[in-house]
Amino acid sequence: MSFVVRRVGLFLVTLWAALTLNFLIPRLMPGDEATAVLAQFHGVNPAALHALEVEFGGTAGQNPLVAYVEYLGNVLTGQFGLTATRTPVIDVILQGLPWTLGLVGVTTVLAFVLGTVVGMVGAWRRGGWLDGLLSPLLFILTTFPVFFIALVLLYVMGVAWHWFPISSNYSLGSTPAPTLAFVWDVLAHAILPGATLVITTAGTWIFTMRNTMVTTLAEDYVRMARAKGLPSWRIMVDYAARNAILPNLTGFAMQLGFVLGGSILVEYTFSYPGLGYLFFTGTTNHDLPLQQALFLFYTLAVLVCVLLADLATAWLDPRTRGA
Amino acid sequence: MAVPLLDVRDLSVAYLSEAGDVGAVDHVDLTVEAGEFVALVGESGCGKSTLVFAIARLLAPPAEQTGGTITFRGEDLVHLRGEALRHLRWRDYSVVMQSAMNALNPMKSLEAQFGDAMRAHEHVSRSAIRQRTVEVLRLVGIDPVHRQSYPHQLSGGMRQRAMIAMALLFSPSLILMDEPTSALDVVAQRSLMGQITQLQRELGFAVVFVTHDMSLVSHYSDRLVVMYAGQVVEAAPTATLFGRPLHPYSRGLFDAFPSIRGPRTRLTGIPGSPPDLRRPPAGCRFHPRCPVVMEACRTEAPQLADQDGTLVRCLRYPGSAAT
Amino acid sequence: MTTAVAVRDASDEPVPERGARAAAAGVARAVLRNRKATLGLLLLVVITVIAAVPSLLAPGDPKAAIYDQQVGPSLAHLLGTTQVGEDVFTQLIWGTRLTLVITVAVGVLVTAVSVLIGVTAAYVGGATDGALSLLTDVFLIIPTLPLLIVLSTYLEGSGTIAIIAVLTATGWAFSARQLRAQGLALRTRDFLEAARARGERRRYIIVAEILPNMLSLIVASFLGSATYTVATAAGLQFLGLGNSNDITWGTMLHYAQQNGALESGNPWWALAPGAAVAVLGTTFALLNYAFDEITNPALRPVRRGRPAA
Repeated sequence: MSFVVRRVGLFLVTLWAALTLNFLIPRLMPGDEATAVLAQFHGVNPAALHALEVEFGGTAGQNPLVAYVEYLGNVLTGQFGLTATRTPVIDVILQGLPWTLGLVGVTTVLAFVLGTVVGMVGAWRRGGWLDGLLSPLLFILTTFPVFFIALVLLYVMGVAWHWFPISSNYSLGSTPAPTLAFVWDVLAHAILPGATLVITTAGTWIFTMRNTMVTTLAEDYVRMARAKGLPSWRIMVDYAARNAILPNLTGFAMQLGFVLGGSILVEYTFSYPGLGYLFFTGTTNHDLPLQQALFLFYTLAVLVCVLLADLATAWLDPRTRGA
Repeated sequence: MAVPLLDVRDLSVAYLSEAGDVGAVDHVDLTVEAGEFVALVGESGCGKSTLVFAIARLLAPPAEQTGGTITFRGEDLVHLRGEALRHLRWRDYSVVMQSAMNALNPMKSLEAQFGDAMRAHEHVSRSAIRQRTVEVLRLVGIDPVHRQSYPHQLSGGMRQRAMIAMALLFSPSLILMDEPTSALDVVAQRSLMGQITQLQRELGFAVVFVTHDMSLVSHYSDRLVVMYAGQVVEAAPTATLFGRPLHPYSRGLFDAFPSIRGPRTRLTGIPGSPPDLRRPPAGCRFHPRCPVVMEACRTEAPQLADQDGTLVRCLRYPGSAAT
Repeated sequence: MTTAVAVRDASDEPVPERGARAAAAGVARAVLRNRKATLGLLLLVVITVIAAVPSLLAPGDPKAAIYDQQVGPSLAHLLGTTQVGEDVFTQLIWGTRLTLVITVAVGVLVTAVSVLIGVTAAYVGGATDGALSLLTDVFLIIPTLPLLIVLSTYLEGSGTIAIIAVLTATGWAFSARQLRAQGLALRTRDFLEAARARGERRRYIIVAEILPNMLSLIVASFLGSATYTVATAAGLQFLGLGNSNDITWGTMLHYAQQNGALESGNPWWALAPGAAVAVLGTTFALLNYAFDEITNPALRPVRRGRPAA
């Protein structure tokens, strides 16, 4: 129980820290970016403008503590101010959210499954051909930067071979409709960015799984399972893999921050209009309200996943459950 | 004379490594009759555990059998592979390991682990698993209410008995035990030994019991086999060996244990330490530590010779010198 | 009366102070025997030489915008030209220096910060440890690139120092946690008790007794941070958040992507700096793995005999 309390506590503290960072950064950074942000808006949507003032410290003489509390309230009600193009930040975010969620969500699950299976088999036949092939291959894949893999895939499969489209999430001119053709179009556009993410995410996971599996396979209870005459696949899955995955679940979730960072670069490379691409356009437009709100969203995503992983670990491990 | 239950001839096991192979077991013979209790005694690193794992066909790289035969119930065990071997496991012979905390899967309940073994060999229903689990737990004196317990919820003594219960699932004819009492306190040790011998009387299985504690097994074993540096140095019925230890090493072991009765004599240990098995000493492997070493011992390796029912490997006895 | 003697526990890892020359010879031997170490070191030397004397390989001026604009590779321009007519190959060679400088600078700074925080937390303990650990955990979870993007947008135009600063500020947490863990493990060892019994001051104990024992972890931290920095710094610059006047591989990538290099006939403008980043990252990763294997024999490759049934 205290484990759960501690992890929820960490969740709340980190969330609070991220919110506070967002509040402090405009006030602490050198230069006059913050005032420049506010200077863009005149008499547009007073509520949003006021929210920006609170966040970026515009109103002279306002007690910072009062501003802080007001800022927190604004965040909780989804009031993030306006983007450089005068649209409410929250609307813009909600537009890009489903695309990033789909892309990152699906690829993470795929990478997890792929990584587990490959890591498992590689460790089982340690020294075998798969393991021998894996080590150098993985090494390359996990040390190559995400954007390089993205660029290579874009060039080779998109430009040189014309297999897949290389930008956007669906073809220009089409209107979203629940037709098979549209779904197919979306999928085709998602393949290259998706493949990039699966490759990079799975890489680290295969590495972790393999190493943990190798340690687990040396455990006495695995030897016992062999002694009992259990079939090999049963030992691999039920005695080794299960015991190997659990301690790494939280690590996998913590890796998510890294994966999300990678997704930003991938979306930029493929001009895929998710939250990551918005981050980039925010840079060119000096759109700090948008960027700071995105930062919060990304942090929240990682926090939720880490918390879920922690809770899952606590619940699935009989040593922490009950007793 | 009946065919012995287990007949090991000339067995050698080595640990392969790039820095040089380590010969852990060197041309060992071992016979076990049905229902017999054979104790395998020696210092840490003498090869007794490796021998037992080799017999159970549980060696894992870098350990490899490099020579010899293992015949179980007249059948060659060495060349059995895959399904045929798996079929024998646990039904005809089972294994009890040193640390139940490590040998039992921490994530599965007792019943689940027992069930795994049963289902690996036959189609059994949940109720059949439950029934048999209750039976074997009762046999070892554990309250059947613990069948749903996890290993970490049991005391050390209970865990060891649970392992023995698991070993009895199919009422095998041979149980190989690797130091099953070493992790327990003295009282629990005696209790467990009593339990084992009682079960042996009831169910009639043979036991190969590995230990470094000679005094522990002396009351229970039928035969004692003493190992040193990977070789058998003396083997005899327990009473014979106790009354008349022939090999200087066995004598040294006896002298190291105090007796409650009789005159108080000075305790002597055996000076020195076991040899590095990558480069064992020339001649007799024990000669650097032997209190009665002769010139010939440094160059001539003694063979096992029969001295009125005791097998002994020492040049001091006729027949040990190689012809 | 018996005198207390500071004795290193024989069961510990090898005592750190062997003869310095013997240690150096041992290291050299280990490096030559390990393939990863040799390759990594070779690559690092090559890259450092290129960074130090770029004019050896590319005698031109990387910023000279005098050539035909955005043409593909040819004998005159091995990797083609940029959209304003600069030679890509020259830029690649000259960009090595700044890229390497940023990587090493951040690596050193991150290691310094994480040693400071990690070891202090481990050794001082109590509330300080609690606070520092919480700080570390928070920075560990907060996703790096989003924070980096926000910070860099504020600092846009502030130059290389700013990039180094923000990269350090976001990258120290991982190593700090590892160093704290090892610090805690070392804290209870006997030789520290002996130092305390001798009456040594806390600062002395930390610097002269604890740090030498953590040397291998500190080196590993540096190598790990360098690997991380290579890709992250390049990623930032790729997005356009670097100093646009600097020439680094990351900024080259940015301009290449912005001008559609991949689609319009000069893919090498993007692929070459990308590959260079990958190679530099791989170099540090190789050194990191090799260092791990050399210091921890359990990780070395295992020889496989016949598979057991």
